[in-house]
Amino acid sequence: MRGDLILRVVAKLFIPFVLLFALYVQFHGELGPGGGFQAGVIAAATLILYAIVFGREAARRLVPDGLVEAMMAAGVLIYAGVGILGLLLGGNYLDYFVLDHDPVHGQERGIFWVEVGVAVTVSGVMLKIFAMFADRGRDHDA
Amino acid sequence: MSAFGGHYSYFVTVLLMVAGLYVTIARGNLVKKLIGLSIFQTSVYLLYIAPGKLIGATAPIVAKGYASYSNPLPHVLILTAIVVGVATIALGLALVVRIREGYGTIEEDQILEQDRAPDEPAK
Amino acid sequence: MMAALVLAVAVQRNLFSAVILTGIYSFLMASVLVALDAVDVAMTEASVGAGISTVLLLGALYLVRGEEARPIRGAFLPLLVSIGVGAALVYGTLGLPAFSDPNAPIHTHVAPRYLNESVRETGVPNVVTAVLASYRGYDTLGETTVVFTAGAGVVALLRRRRDAKRKDPQ
Repeated sequence: MRGDLILRVVAKLFIPFVLLFALYVQFHGELGPGGGFQAGVIAAATLILYAIVFGREAARRLVPDGLVEAMMAAGVLIYAGVGILGLLLGGNYLDYFVLDHDPVHGQERGIFWVEVGVAVTVSGVMLKIFAMFADRGRDHDA
Repeated sequence: MSAFGGHYSYFVTVLLMVAGLYVTIARGNLVKKLIGLSIFQTSVYLLYIAPGKLIGATAPIVAKGYASYSNPLPHVLILTAIVVGVATIALGLALVVRIREGYGTIEEDQILEQDRAPDEPAK
Repeated sequence: MMAALVLAVAVQRNLFSAVILTGIYSFLMASVLVALDAVDVAMTEASVGAGISTVLLLGALYLVRGEEARPIRGAFLPLLVSIGVGAALVYGTLGLPAFSDPNAPIHTHVAPRYLNESVRETGVPNVVTAVLASYRGYDTLGETTVVFTAGAGVVALLRRRRDAKRKDPQ
């Protein structure tokens, strides 16, 4: 049990920092390396680590299954929604420059929301795939 | 030989690609085949990104004080390719899990044997 | 070193060690990508290849649980085919431009426009993000859909009804 204790303490210590780093990578992706994919994968990997160390029940309390499934679809909808917003405001589909008073600000806003959509979908899908693999093993006694 | 030196990155890429190809086609275990596929995919990333680099340039993030940047276009393509690659591997692994439950084995020749002689699959 | 790693992966019969070696290989690939100035790609490859991919392979191994059996048919023909393909590829790459040639077509076509105009047009210094999210936004929409489809596919394959018996393959 000693090894288990070390894992738990260390995981509890640095999971919040890694989640913060994922948020940093997401929002700083326009100024440095990073962006939606990296942030989504880092966040998902952190939550997978939490599930591995503390068990699936605790992870399910933290992030319910319904929320993960909703995240999978919500990201794609956000992305497509930005496109439709471009249509409604007068440009073509996925035009960003109509989104704000100034084309450059419109681009920045569009890029921001698009990256958020990508991160949400990617992290939702990674979490869901891991949950499918992990839960299958539990019902299946072999 | 300058021809050799200039093309060294391609040799490395081809070596990795051949290794991935060999693991995919020569091994019978399905999970090993997927590992070989993943090696093959990473060699393709190298194939696209190596020609984009300019010696003396820096990463394609515009900042003061840097004059030349490496080409950002392959980075964009490969970013997409990496994520699609992991999606492929995940689906492939899900299929392998189901095959295991249906046939009782993940060795290719045993699966083919069970297909040729139609008896009920072992659980 | 990467060549030695892949050879070890190919020869390994214990699947667990093959998976761990693949994780190490992904990290090495990420370092090579940083040396090639592809920082975004390196971050993605490190997190996806060495993180998620390894976790999924280990999860699948836990469910599938086996060693690799000795191959029944000889490995000579696939080796010959692979080496033949490799020779053809090497012959093909000799015609490609040399490493870091500034006059190669890849650098003279549309990339200078992206590098020069992107800050003025989008206000985002990271050219890769600007191209990914704005100039080539459709491709990224397609890719997000692909990721979603993969997740939906895994759910469809591995979903299990609460009351189904274990012997029922449905």
